[in-house]
Amino acid sequence: MKKLGTLTVAALCAAAPAMAELVIPDLSYRTGPYAAGGIPFSDGYQDYFTLLNERDGGIGGEPIRVIECETGYNTEKGVECYESTKGEGALVYQPLSTGITYQLIPKAEADGIPIHTMGYGRTSAVNGEVFNNVFNYPANYWDAASVAVNYLLEQNDGSLDGKTIALVYHNSAYGKEPIRTLNALGEKHGFELTEIAVDHPGQEQKSQWLQIRRERPDYVLMWGWGVMNQVAIQEAANVRYPMDQFIGNWWAGAEHDVTPAGDAADGYLSLNMNTINPDYPVFEEIRAQVIEPGMGAGDGSNVGKVLYTRGMYAAMLAAEAIAKAQEIHGVTDITPAQMRDGMAALEMTETRMKELGAPNIGPVFAVSCQNHGGSGEGLVQRWNASAGAFEPLTGFITPDASIIEPLVQEDSLAYAAENNITPACAE
Amino acid sequence: MPDQLLFGMEVALNGLMAGVMYSLVALGFVLIFKASGIFNYAQGVMALFAAMTLVGIQNGQVPFAHLINATLGTDIHNFGWTVPALAAILLTVVVMAIFAWLVNKFVFSHLVNQEPIILFMATIGLAYFLEGVADLMWGSEIKTLDVGLPQGINDWLETTTFDAVGYGFFIDNLDIVATIIAALLVLGLILFSQYTKQGRALRAVADDHQAALSVGISLNFIWVLVWSIAGFVALVAGIMWGAKSGVQFSLSLIALKALPVLMLGGFTSIPGAIIGGLIIGVGEKLFEFAIGAPYLGGATENWFAYVLALIFLVFRPQGLFGEKIIERV
Repeated sequence: MKKLGTLTVAALCAAAPAMAELVIPDLSYRTGPYAAGGIPFSDGYQDYFTLLNERDGGIGGEPIRVIECETGYNTEKGVECYESTKGEGALVYQPLSTGITYQLIPKAEADGIPIHTMGYGRTSAVNGEVFNNVFNYPANYWDAASVAVNYLLEQNDGSLDGKTIALVYHNSAYGKEPIRTLNALGEKHGFELTEIAVDHPGQEQKSQWLQIRRERPDYVLMWGWGVMNQVAIQEAANVRYPMDQFIGNWWAGAEHDVTPAGDAADGYLSLNMNTINPDYPVFEEIRAQVIEPGMGAGDGSNVGKVLYTRGMYAAMLAAEAIAKAQEIHGVTDITPAQMRDGMAALEMTETRMKELGAPNIGPVFAVSCQNHGGSGEGLVQRWNASAGAFEPLTGFITPDASIIEPLVQEDSLAYAAENNITPACAE
Repeated sequence: MPDQLLFGMEVALNGLMAGVMYSLVALGFVLIFKASGIFNYAQGVMALFAAMTLVGIQNGQVPFAHLINATLGTDIHNFGWTVPALAAILLTVVVMAIFAWLVNKFVFSHLVNQEPIILFMATIGLAYFLEGVADLMWGSEIKTLDVGLPQGINDWLETTTFDAVGYGFFIDNLDIVATIIAALLVLGLILFSQYTKQGRALRAVADDHQAALSVGISLNFIWVLVWSIAGFVALVAGIMWGAKSGVQFSLSLIALKALPVLMLGGFTSIPGAIIGGLIIGVGEKLFEFAIGAPYLGGATENWFAYVLALIFLVFRPQGLFGEKIIERV
């Protein structure tokens, strides 16, 4: 009888169609020195997919399976995560690290698996004809540099001639990304750029801020991550550098970056590639259908915060691309190549963002096989210490395409030449 | 006075202050190495753990809340009270003493007479274990440390120097406090080792384990004592560094700033840790000011500290104040 039962179960298993899944690896970092940034992003990324599973049964009827892999923000571990998860049918990677991204670009191109590097990674991946499988919409580092400069132009009646801007940057591939653009923008607008490097992890920045105190640049831009941000904001307060002249990029503008400095951080400015609003309807749904039933990736305390919102927005863009791929190819169980097609045809409109429960969460943009970068817009937000929240200071600001596009072309074509790539859209 | 000279003096002064912060970390290494011959790789993580424990106690955070909630289906995070800073510091010292006892009981008492490299490897394991425990116990988010330490520019010094030389020097109030605390700490350690029974026992063990054992000194007790003191020093370092950046996991990396200090000052000398820290602090800051930033693109401090330490090592392998190792056949 027991044997008969076993055979029946085996026969049923064999007869049932294999359950398809949409596999999304989450290369997170919940440990180590950068965990404070990695955790909320990963929570937001995962919770949105869990919401789709719970509310809609996945995307197009296919359940989503998120595979979390801890990278510790370490490039080698990130590559290991990629290698160990790609065989699971991974549709898209979000490495959340410029270092990991640089290592994964050739692998992903060879394997035909798309990478989404949202606001980080290799900027010239905007050129989709060279980087078929790398997408960096809605904006990249060079856009961020240009958005910051455009904001400063607005503050100075359209002229930065004779002004001095210091760039305090993480001494890594990530931190050095905006230098080229800022130099080009400096030539165009007549400001002088001073580059001030901070070594990893950035716990000791006395020399850098003494230099700023001596030279008193008109503005300080910061390309920081992790503890570098908190220390820089504290040191800026210590040397009495005005917070309204200190602008961090979008990886230096989360709540945990400013809270250690307390009231001294009030008025600190940073860029953001998405709006923040803890009252988005989608957050209500996440709280009700994911957090309260105990299915959240975290304890729910991060819902609505800057990096949680960005992680959720990243998941939203991935889910939209999956739906687009399903629509294009007429199948629900899509392949990585089909996912790439979906990403290359992604369109985010005001209507769609409203339908998703996050009105105006990001800029309106459309991706194409040639342009993987989106609109490049970003906004400036200001820290209100008494309210304990960032508040938007501007709407979305458009970057200077006349500077960025030639740089993208130059860098991407150089990469193509080095790697024997003939620029063309993916077939 | 020329501007560059004034700037250089300001940089040197701040270098001295930064050096004190490095020395605070290095002291913990020296204490354990001197008493037990163990290079404690976990010292940085101990600073992290101590600072996290302090903030957790102060804020009434429930330890292991995430684990408890996941296991029991509860939703508890906070006891609902706050503990005054001084009481929280004392309670943290007790926790660090318990930690010292546990480490000795479950790790080092089983490794007596093992090769130094084995003991070193054990501390590597301990570091990662403790980091994981800290994460489970208190969570990974950045915590604001508020024990009433002053921060920001010292107005008196700025005004006085401005009146005297026409340029107001910058010194962070936190660095001044760190210097006073480091001085008190060293004084306390010297008094303890010179004038208390336990201190003399500790020195005896440091000089010769076997001889100390033969006169009835308990090696176990001394090791627990020295790890407790190192835990206290780690707490002080954690408070000072955590006040700057918030208490977060990168605190464990402050150990990297202590290594060149140890190489320079010697692994067995408390004054060496202080003098080494000052030399490294001033050296790296002046190099960055005079050569690094203007000619090499900046960010030279991390590697220059090691270059400086290496130069000292070449000429004095035991460090400035370290004991010369003479092995007789």
